[in-house]
Amino acid sequence: MFGLNTKDTTLLLIVAMLTMFAPFILNPFPADSAMAQFNAGYPDLMQRFVIFGIFAIGFNILFGLTGYLSFGHAAFLGVGSYSAVWMMKLLTMNVIPAIALSVIVAGLFSVVIGYVSLRRSGIYFSILTLAFAQMSFNLAYSVLTPITNGETGLQISLSDPRILDGAGAARYPNLFGAEMNDATTLFLGGWSFTFSVGYYVCAVIMLLCFYLSVRIFRSPFGMMLRAVKSNQQRMNYTGLNTKPYTLAAFVISGMYAGLAGGLLAAMDPLAGAERMQWTASGEVVLMTILGGAGTLIGPVLGAGFIKYFENIFSKINDSVLHSWFSFMPDGIEDLMVTLVHPFVGKGWSLTLGIMFMLVVTFLPGGLVEGGQRIGRLLRRKPAKDDSASGKTEPAE
Amino acid sequence: MGILEVKNVGKRFGGLQALGDVNLSIAEGSVHAIIGPNGAGKSTLLNCLVGKLIPDTGSVMFDGQSVLGRKPYEINQMGISRVFQTPEIFGDLTVMENMLIPCFAKRDGAFELNAITRVVNQHDVIDKAEAMLSDMNMIEKRHMHASSLSRGDKRRLEIGMCLAQDPRLLLLDEPTAGMARADTNNTIDLLKQISDERDITIAIIEHDMHVVFSLAQRITVLAQGTPLVEDTPDKIKGHPKVREAYLGETAH
Repeated sequence: MFGLNTKDTTLLLIVAMLTMFAPFILNPFPADSAMAQFNAGYPDLMQRFVIFGIFAIGFNILFGLTGYLSFGHAAFLGVGSYSAVWMMKLLTMNVIPAIALSVIVAGLFSVVIGYVSLRRSGIYFSILTLAFAQMSFNLAYSVLTPITNGETGLQISLSDPRILDGAGAARYPNLFGAEMNDATTLFLGGWSFTFSVGYYVCAVIMLLCFYLSVRIFRSPFGMMLRAVKSNQQRMNYTGLNTKPYTLAAFVISGMYAGLAGGLLAAMDPLAGAERMQWTASGEVVLMTILGGAGTLIGPVLGAGFIKYFENIFSKINDSVLHSWFSFMPDGIEDLMVTLVHPFVGKGWSLTLGIMFMLVVTFLPGGLVEGGQRIGRLLRRKPAKDDSASGKTEPAE
Repeated sequence: MGILEVKNVGKRFGGLQALGDVNLSIAEGSVHAIIGPNGAGKSTLLNCLVGKLIPDTGSVMFDGQSVLGRKPYEINQMGISRVFQTPEIFGDLTVMENMLIPCFAKRDGAFELNAITRVVNQHDVIDKAEAMLSDMNMIEKRHMHASSLSRGDKRRLEIGMCLAQDPRLLLLDEPTAGMARADTNNTIDLLKQISDERDITIAIIEHDMHVVFSLAQRITVLAQGTPLVEDTPDKIKGHPKVREAYLGETAH
């Protein structure tokens, strides 16, 4: 189906089910229960899951396939956001032109950065991309203030021209009138599930992006990219020019990042320079490696995992901990709170760091490899040597 | 007029004259061996032919066209394929994918953005790759990762990958270096078969005299960056200059 083999179709359908039913799946606990804070099914967070999923899917096309580790992809995310906000300031609050422009501008930007950075490989390539991203970040903060509005960040205002929008047009980002922050909440017993327009717009776009990435993985082009990672020398002596291949991969992943940036702005119409900072570039590297670089589903899992930690674990403060351990005697309760305290709340990144180290050490193929190992254990099938590398089976 | 004409090629690395004044003509359809002691300039000469090095002086013409200043992938597309001393294959890919890549390179050229078509639907390329794997007796290993092949199989695969491009000239750089005797003999048989069955010219750089004398129709002996003699294997065997270059004065 869809020009995919059975395995890929199944994967695509699973991802489609997960994203479409995410409001249910991510809200497993009743709204007023003690566990409700582990619910992630609110629109803002769900949008982040899928948007950063898009970002990571695109990054994986570059890093997972060619092995070129870019440390500057946040620059494309930021450029995408700025372009989208400008489109919403000047033309219309409809998100379609905004998203289209963010993809185009990020694509052009990545042609320039990619052309220069890809003259080198390995660590030098990473440093070049990092340098470009930091330059973009600092420019956005300082000299480009007329375009980026500096530290305040670029926002929409009522006085913007919006030449395509009439007097009665929607004042918020919308898709032909359906506003992104429109939502309906379904109450079922103690549970509540929120369905927002913005989330479903992002989810559908992510599904399309995921589908495109599966097609790229299974295409001759995708195979050439894996060959670049494997042996560039043999590529050159097989009559293949590696430069356009790597540049194309770089631009495609830059366009994915621009799309993610455009969607961020479409969900919440503001863009700030901090979106281009090196920590944001590092985050997508972590997402991809945590989930499983070079696998189809890994980057999406990694993005969800990291965004979940960032938003859920960071909200657990001392009073929440006290309520958890309140059944214990006072002394032990305080001791438990003291012990757990560094790993939650502001210390969420410590937990994430430990998880990351464990995954990289014991599951070099990321969460996907973990899933494969569990699957093999369940099926009680002896592990085969060649399939233990944690890679998806190549198209054949 | 040979298919490959090397004229007055010189290459200097700092104070070292790696190639002095090399003239070499490789006849179309022949198996031509280039031998010489360590440091004779064999590898430097080979690198000048494939675009890895650019000689300081002289010219290299392949089928009437100069190869100088062209990138390795351009020279390859002209019809020169190279087999490396240690097999250079795509270790992370399967044997079949290894064979598909040169087939795609032959069909689509140096770059083609076919990102939406599926590999499994490219029947012409798949048939060609399968036929080549069968020729190499590797069809049953098609799903293996290339890195898990034995040394001899990696060599076979690499040679097969080069042949899949239908090159007119196949360059081999010590193809049996570090191989067991059985693997060496297999490689000799394979190369003999290729030379007999295909319309191809083979140039081989080799240390192993057993390989050279089993295969070559002409032999060029290189010493200190210049060709010493060029002749048939029988003449080379007894040639005093060759014995001198290889064994030193004491051999007399």
